[in-house]
Amino acid sequence: MAAPKKSVAKESGQEKAGSPPEFTKEQELKALRDMLLIRRFEEKAGQLYGMGAIGGFCHLYIGQEAVVVGMQMALKPGDEVITGYRDHGHMLACDMEARGVMAELTGRRGGYSRGKGGSMHMFSKEKHFYGGHGIVGAQVSLGTGLAFANRYRGNDNVSVTYFGDGAANQGQVYESFNMAELWKLPVIYVIENNRYAMGTSVSRASAQQDFSKRGASFNIPGKQVDGMDVRAVKAAADEAVAWCRGGNGPMILEMQTYRYRGHSMSDPAKYRTREEVEKVRHDQDPIEQVRNRLLAAGASEQDLKAIDAEVREIVNEAADFAQHDPEPDPAELYTDIYR
Amino acid sequence: MPIQVLMPALSPTMEKGNLAKWLKKEGETIKSGDVIAEIETDKATMEVEATDEGTLGKILIPEGTADVAVNTPIATILADGESAADLAKAPAAPVPQPKAAEAAPAEAKAEAPQPAAKAPAAPATEPLPDPEIPAGTEMVTQTIREALRDAMAEEMRRDGDVFIMGEEVAEYQGAYKVTQGLLQEFGARRVIDTPITEHGFAGVGVGAAMAGLKPIVEFMTFNFAMQAIDQIINSAAKTLYMSGGQMGCSIVFRGPNGAAARVAAQHSQDYAAWYSQIPGLKVIAPYSAADYKGLLKAAIRDPNPVIFLENEVLYGHTGEVPKLADFVVPIGKARIARAGKDVTIVSWAMGMSYALKAADELAKEGIEAEVVDLRTIRPMDTETIINSVKKTGRAVTVEEGWQQSGVGSEVAARIMEHAFDYLDAPVARVSGKDVPMPYAANLEKLALPSVAEVVAAAKAVSYR
Ligand SMILES: Cc1ncc(C[n+]2csc(CCOP(=O)(O)OP(=O)(O)O)c2C)c(N)n1
Ligand SMILES: [Mg+2]
Repeated sequence: MAAPKKSVAKESGQEKAGSPPEFTKEQELKALRDMLLIRRFEEKAGQLYGMGAIGGFCHLYIGQEAVVVGMQMALKPGDEVITGYRDHGHMLACDMEARGVMAELTGRRGGYSRGKGGSMHMFSKEKHFYGGHGIVGAQVSLGTGLAFANRYRGNDNVSVTYFGDGAANQGQVYESFNMAELWKLPVIYVIENNRYAMGTSVSRASAQQDFSKRGASFNIPGKQVDGMDVRAVKAAADEAVAWCRGGNGPMILEMQTYRYRGHSMSDPAKYRTREEVEKVRHDQDPIEQVRNRLLAAGASEQDLKAIDAEVREIVNEAADFAQHDPEPDPAELYTDIYR
Repeated sequence: MPIQVLMPALSPTMEKGNLAKWLKKEGETIKSGDVIAEIETDKATMEVEATDEGTLGKILIPEGTADVAVNTPIATILADGESAADLAKAPAAPVPQPKAAEAAPAEAKAEAPQPAAKAPAAPATEPLPDPEIPAGTEMVTQTIREALRDAMAEEMRRDGDVFIMGEEVAEYQGAYKVTQGLLQEFGARRVIDTPITEHGFAGVGVGAAMAGLKPIVEFMTFNFAMQAIDQIINSAAKTLYMSGGQMGCSIVFRGPNGAAARVAAQHSQDYAAWYSQIPGLKVIAPYSAADYKGLLKAAIRDPNPVIFLENEVLYGHTGEVPKLADFVVPIGKARIARAGKDVTIVSWAMGMSYALKAADELAKEGIEAEVVDLRTIRPMDTETIINSVKKTGRAVTVEEGWQQSGVGSEVAARIMEHAFDYLDAPVARVSGKDVPMPYAANLEKLALPSVAEVVAAAKAVSYR
């Protein structure tokens, strides 16, 4: 596959070049469905947490749905995905089953890790989803290693490595950047800038707040992308995928996004105003954007309601399964330590 | 059918909360995502968001109600087209509870990590008076969270070179609210929020300590200190020696260690054994509120690097702390937490909760256990352990960490070296199981030690 012109990919920083390429109706419908599935799934997870059916930490992805859905639309089977602990959306976007994810959240034997991993630790070899990591920044080196394996084997797979604005300050991120560019590894670093790392806003933690420039000293091209517009995400992803598959090395995509909920369920979120959250929700909601475009293009409320109903059905079935599936067999305590 | 809104659990450890405020009135329309109420827990005020659309039907728990149990219905939401007349139909929304859980061995976590809400850390039997506390001293009841905060505040008032840095320690008031109020009292020069860069800020702390400052470096949990462990060991612990005594570093690394509740393998490790191996480090792992305070003050004053291991589950527990102008507990001294003549139980930190409860159980069966709280892991107070074992002739160690090369193994080796001829049975070790911490509730219980295991071990070494 041909690499894009270097000059295009090279430019860092804000690109306010009007609106992104239009989606076809099919693309709009798919994006809507996939984002709604994540939204409804996360709302349900929040409810189950409130009921005590889910324990420990539970980090919801509500508000950020356009990022994984848009990225995934540019990938092909075989491309790897890896992320941190805010991972439910990534797994659903990778086509992992809602019931398996939900059952892992409730710690049951039908969960993707058979109940042993929980919200932060799920994997699917089959779907090339490599987790699900609890140590902030660790997935960045791991994702770089996935890209290393692709290059070693000479295949054309790309590793999509997601991490947050907070994680972007970890040292191993830069050690990874250097190796990735030095060895021209096919890795897309997707920095999900949702403006906060726990209670710390980007401006209180980061000397360089333009994350697309974080690879500048290694000559890694980067772009800032409107992560609330699924079309913009898809367009940037297409470009980055072509760049990586073309053997040009890594690329950084800073996704400008927002999380509506607290960092985890137990975050009182006193570090930002209710108005701030309301404004993003009202003006930029990724799902509403697609809905409005579809309606403007003549889709009926009825059609859109049908999608919502289909998605709710999947989520309810998953929640039901996740609450009734038995806990792991006690013998599982000692399995999977070695093989 | 109308939907019931239940009192939500907002953290892994919440059992009840206060319904502080209703933000919607009966009859008001609600969209998914609307904040409908505010709830207060011991840690924070939280907002309750609606996940369903409709109209707020009836408020079942009025605002200002305290101690509402998680899962109590607090309101009903009417869907489009429903009226107040439908309210009677609202289902009770039961939460199916897992079956296998009941089959799990009786206790385990049930007695230990039941956090925050109730149960003072104190055992049923009166603890022995602490020799560090003069007789007649007035005591105040505090949470361990407050005892830690007071220890830091007192030392920061006393010495302008003491400062604290870490993730979320300042504006957020601590991820677990341990540094509450410090930013307000001492300002941003001395209470410093860092980026998420453990390796980097630990090194910055060590460097500042080499230059003579006295940093307290908070790790959000010790699991994340693994990012920084090179600076802790290679730079902090070894520099005094490598410089022929010219340059040491007075620094405290502190934060929660070990298992919390359901946070799985990467967030549940006990590092006591890891750090206890390192010459040049001191390692403290207290259990009682008074020790938390007095030992943290000692750690901050100590001219060496000190690892101060806390426990998240204990933060909300209360205990008696002496009301003294300057209460400091010496590092390196164990304490007899309960006297007995039949068997010695050696433990520290969270392990003490199993040890003390087991001692109560054993007493009912006529076995008088002596419980030694190590408090400091390094330097270890061998003398106190050995004196006790010489008296009882039997010993059990208790820890949540892993057994191989664990602290219990070290205790057992010292007993063998110094009291072999006094032993009537081999030393028994009760520990966390030899597995990464699983997430599932039933497996997590099995992975941790239990009171029953301690009781069984004490009986086994007593041949009973
Ligand atoms: C090494 C390490 N340090 C600290 C933490 C605790 N922690 C978990 S998530 C988080 C914030 C991360 O923020 P960001 O990278 O922006 O991702 P977001 O949560 O916004 O998705 C912190 C500090 C951790 N899990 N690992
Ligand atoms: Mg963030």
